[in-house]
Amino acid sequence: MFTFILKRLGQSVLVMAVVSAISFSLFNFVGDPVNNMVGQDATREQRLEIREALGLDDPITTQYARFMGNALQGEFGLSYRIKQPVDELILARLPATLELVFVSALIALVIGIGLGVYTGIRRKSWVSRTILSTSLIGVSLPTFIIGISLIYIFAVWLRWLPSSGRSGTVELGWWKTSFLTIDGWRSIILPAITLSLFQLTLILRLVRAEMLEVMRTDFIKFARARGLSERAINFTHALRNTLVPVITIIGLNIGGLIAFSVITETVFQWPGTGLMFIQAVDFVDVPIMAAYLVFVALLFVAINLVVDILYMFVDPRIRLGD
Amino acid sequence: MTDLLKISGLSVEFPTRRGNVKAVRNVGLTVSPGEVVGLVGESGAGKSTIGNAVIDLLESPGRVAEGSILFQGEELRGKDENEMRRIRGDRIGMIFQDPQTSLNPLMTIGDQLVETLEKTSGLRGQKAEARAIDLIESVGITEAKARLKAYPHQFSGGMRQRVVIALALAGDPELIIADEPTTALDVSIQAQILDLIKALCRERQVGVIIVTHDIGVIANIADRVCVMYRGEVVETGPVAQILGNPQHEYTKSLIAAVPRADVKLHRFNSVDYIEGGDDVRRRIDIQTHWLGAARTANASGNAIEVQDLNLAFTLQKAILKKNRKMLRAVDNVSFNVRQGETFGLVGESGSGKSTVARLIAGLYTPDLGVIRINGQDVSTAPRDPQAIEARRALQMIFQDPYSSLNARMRVLDIVAEPIRFYKLTSSESETRTIVGDLLDHVGLGAQAAIRYPHEFSGGQRQRISIARALASRPRILICDEPTSALDVSVQATILNLLKDLQQELGLTMLFISHDLPVIRQMCDRIAVMKSGQICEIAETQALFETPQHAYSKHLLDLMPRMDLLRPVEAA
Amino acid sequence: MNEAPTRWQRIRESDITHSFLSSPGAMIAAAITVACILTAFLAPLIAPFDPFDPAQISLWDGKLPPAWAEGGQPQYLLGTDNQGRDMLSTILYGGRLSIIVGLAAVALGMVLGVMLGVISGYVGGTADAVIMRIADVQLTIPGILLAILINGIGRAALPLDMREEFAIYVVIIAIGLTDWPQFARVARGATLVEANKEYVQAARVIGLPSWLIMVRHVLPNTLRPVLVIATIGLALAIISEATLSFLGQGIPPTTPSLGTLIRVGNEYLFSGLWWITFFPAIALVVLVFAVNLLGDWMRDALNPKLR
Repeated sequence: MFTFILKRLGQSVLVMAVVSAISFSLFNFVGDPVNNMVGQDATREQRLEIREALGLDDPITTQYARFMGNALQGEFGLSYRIKQPVDELILARLPATLELVFVSALIALVIGIGLGVYTGIRRKSWVSRTILSTSLIGVSLPTFIIGISLIYIFAVWLRWLPSSGRSGTVELGWWKTSFLTIDGWRSIILPAITLSLFQLTLILRLVRAEMLEVMRTDFIKFARARGLSERAINFTHALRNTLVPVITIIGLNIGGLIAFSVITETVFQWPGTGLMFIQAVDFVDVPIMAAYLVFVALLFVAINLVVDILYMFVDPRIRLGD
Repeated sequence: MTDLLKISGLSVEFPTRRGNVKAVRNVGLTVSPGEVVGLVGESGAGKSTIGNAVIDLLESPGRVAEGSILFQGEELRGKDENEMRRIRGDRIGMIFQDPQTSLNPLMTIGDQLVETLEKTSGLRGQKAEARAIDLIESVGITEAKARLKAYPHQFSGGMRQRVVIALALAGDPELIIADEPTTALDVSIQAQILDLIKALCRERQVGVIIVTHDIGVIANIADRVCVMYRGEVVETGPVAQILGNPQHEYTKSLIAAVPRADVKLHRFNSVDYIEGGDDVRRRIDIQTHWLGAARTANASGNAIEVQDLNLAFTLQKAILKKNRKMLRAVDNVSFNVRQGETFGLVGESGSGKSTVARLIAGLYTPDLGVIRINGQDVSTAPRDPQAIEARRALQMIFQDPYSSLNARMRVLDIVAEPIRFYKLTSSESETRTIVGDLLDHVGLGAQAAIRYPHEFSGGQRQRISIARALASRPRILICDEPTSALDVSVQATILNLLKDLQQELGLTMLFISHDLPVIRQMCDRIAVMKSGQICEIAETQALFETPQHAYSKHLLDLMPRMDLLRPVEAA
Repeated sequence: MNEAPTRWQRIRESDITHSFLSSPGAMIAAAITVACILTAFLAPLIAPFDPFDPAQISLWDGKLPPAWAEGGQPQYLLGTDNQGRDMLSTILYGGRLSIIVGLAAVALGMVLGVMLGVISGYVGGTADAVIMRIADVQLTIPGILLAILINGIGRAALPLDMREEFAIYVVIIAIGLTDWPQFARVARGATLVEANKEYVQAARVIGLPSWLIMVRHVLPNTLRPVLVIATIGLALAIISEATLSFLGQGIPPTTPSLGTLIRVGNEYLFSGLWWITFFPAIALVVLVFAVNLLGDWMRDALNPKLR
């Protein structure tokens, strides 16, 4: 068990190292850093000055070390476009994204797992079949189309909910939350549904597939041969065994949510880190791109690590070794 | 004695898109309390289906077409699911083949037992736990209280099957159906489990149906036997009568195909009853054929020499050397195989016999030791062209007919591959002719060449493997459990084929098996292996009559007593 | 033994064909997909206009509603976009682009992934460790983000004047590069299973070299699970391209794909010009839905356990 955790930690460190290396090369090799910072009009002397100030003529290893040192302290320099420190920018917008992802994850997991189990147990009912067909459509709808449609229906046509932006926030210290006002919830609900839909259908189909798979195993057959009730078989045996592989997928799903939040934030103009990232890519604003990459990687690695440890607790074969 | 179970006129069919397949046809059998009835037959005979039908757990779309199943006077056919559920576990128990997959890996043994007890006996809490401990102890597991908290993967195969038996007994059933309960277990464990079942049956006056393909198991514990072939019962009667004096042709063939451990026969009596079991081979003239060209007139020296062979596998990697767990698969093994002889390696699973074979074949590299083929050292410098050349004289036949052929290639291409690769012929048409000849010679017929492996049965696929092995014109043939996955009757024909080929081509054979009677029939000299080491090497007759090593004696003791079989002339 | 069946007979009798013919969903899906692909490739022949040819666009005709609505004109069946391009033609050409990019990206990911996966699984050792580490690292970052990143960097690396022309290749490479780890994992898994099978060992004993065994024996037997992933991958690739285009990072508006069209239309959506967004969106969803349906059926048909 101990080696398992160590191995995962080691992998996580490796991932972060690679990501930071990529991040670093972004800085140095995408376009000319100096050009990006000062534009066309700077004179040759000004450029040389800046080069020296940034230490761009030092050997690569020194530059990388400096980069890592700064990165570990959360310092990524100034955004080329906004001219403010990147870490401040990210922190300011982080709560918006995290809250959005949290609500979406809740919706996706609760409804996805619930419906997945239901369709797995009652395979033949017409309700199940309808849900299944609908889920196929759900997987075929790109997130941005869902977003646009929802805006059109609920904001433009019915005028029930706002079409964009994040209103109704309350400041708790540095964190701006949407959860404490009705307005806040009205703003967050459409983006959250949009974001969760794709993952929801994925989880639903996956849980269902796993349940069907489990129902075919020998130990279920043996349980039946012992005369156990359908209820016992479905819940005590089948469900428990289904959830184990599903837990590993949860980590991937949360990762997917963070990724697709970029699109959702764009459609709804939600002021989170994703929207900032897209704008940065548009302008080739390297500091933000690099910092975002590192932050996101850190988040994923952390989530995956937690999921792995959870997995270890749930499956006794890993917990107790062979 | 009223019948506990009485099946009459039972037919089970499976509708497929190609029409109705009748898996079981007009079958009748009875079981009395305290009696063990054996249901024996080869694969596809329908024996498992009968068990599933009794307990109404047929795999869909199977269904009972006609007939009656009377259990303690009650008709089981026609009961709905709720009624059947009450019967299952409480009055009829069932045991399946593979203990590893029969238990829920995520629940402790205790929880699974308590759950079953709650359903069948209505016991809860402490009482249920106490009863669970009783059950575990009655199947021979010690330290019961502690064991309850363990998970299935922490038990060995034999222990797991004991737990399965305990679970089946939890409801105190009057009838137990055991479907191949010992097939997945080692020989020594098999004996223990069979003894356990027999004891429990007598103690509790429970009726047992034991479904198996293994005549040895029948001889061991059955009181009466039903012999099945292709969905029908061909013969029924007391064990002594069926084994000693079979009446039906199929039964006679089946018994005759069982390898005898008391006497070595020249060839197995051929099993005529089964279609395609006959050796209709168009013999090729070895003297003139391409195949025979590989025979060397007088080969001298040893075909294979193995000296101080060692191989260890890493079971558990760890950073610190002391935490690493190594498994010594092969531990200082040395032996020689003379030209033209058949040398046997026998042992249980984990003994290292297959590993030795693979080392010799070049599939693994030894940690220490030397392997010589026809005098040439092939292990020290395996990439040396001379070593590679020497290795070509050696071919191998594997155990599993379903995975030893590439499902996507035609038989022609499978057999021709070595010929084409080594350019052993001068033209493609010559290759095709030779492949046709080889397929004829192994009893399949040349027209098999254009077909795909999945169109053939297990025994036929082994013939294809043999043809492929022969295509390289080897002088040494390693046979790794070549018939363990086959039905008894088919086994006989394949072993006959191997014997014939050895005589015709002067092959040297290294024969690996866990089955002592088979080894007796095939080999001239035998090495007994345990835990990676060789315990004893002896001539066949000497080993079977006067074994020296304690383990050899132990293995011989475990062989099923077939004294009920008719005596037969020695070769 | 009677005559061995010919290849055609084999296919006709096979379980896969039977499952296909008995599943109306699969047949509809196949029909739609084939129709989509056909219309897309025949676009130059059946589209009334060529929307990529500046000479055929007239700004005066811009922003016209569909032919059946008020103000519409009969030759522009589904209306025109802001630049005066016929919607029907643009959707046809755009659909073609979407399909091409999707297929090319999946092909790239599949070839790269399967190759690396088979080598990784068969050879094992350091090669396996390295390749799988890289795959793991890449899999930590979800696909779409990576695609945006690679696409963004790729475009930034190109000189300004070449960006539009090469946008399509950058998109294909971006999506393909994000796809390969999935293929590699699946191919490696299948390879590990196959490599332990006895027919591979038999080939080794015969003396065949590793590369030959990998190509001739292992590779064809890994294709089944890989194909299942490929259909899912195709749907995702089409969605990814549409997403990238929607975000302004993908195919430029001069030769728009369905995603680009939706982006363009989005700006006019609230001023009432709904058709510029609506029709391309429907086309996109129908296309992806058909591919998913086909993929679903294929997964069930190719799964030996469900027989």
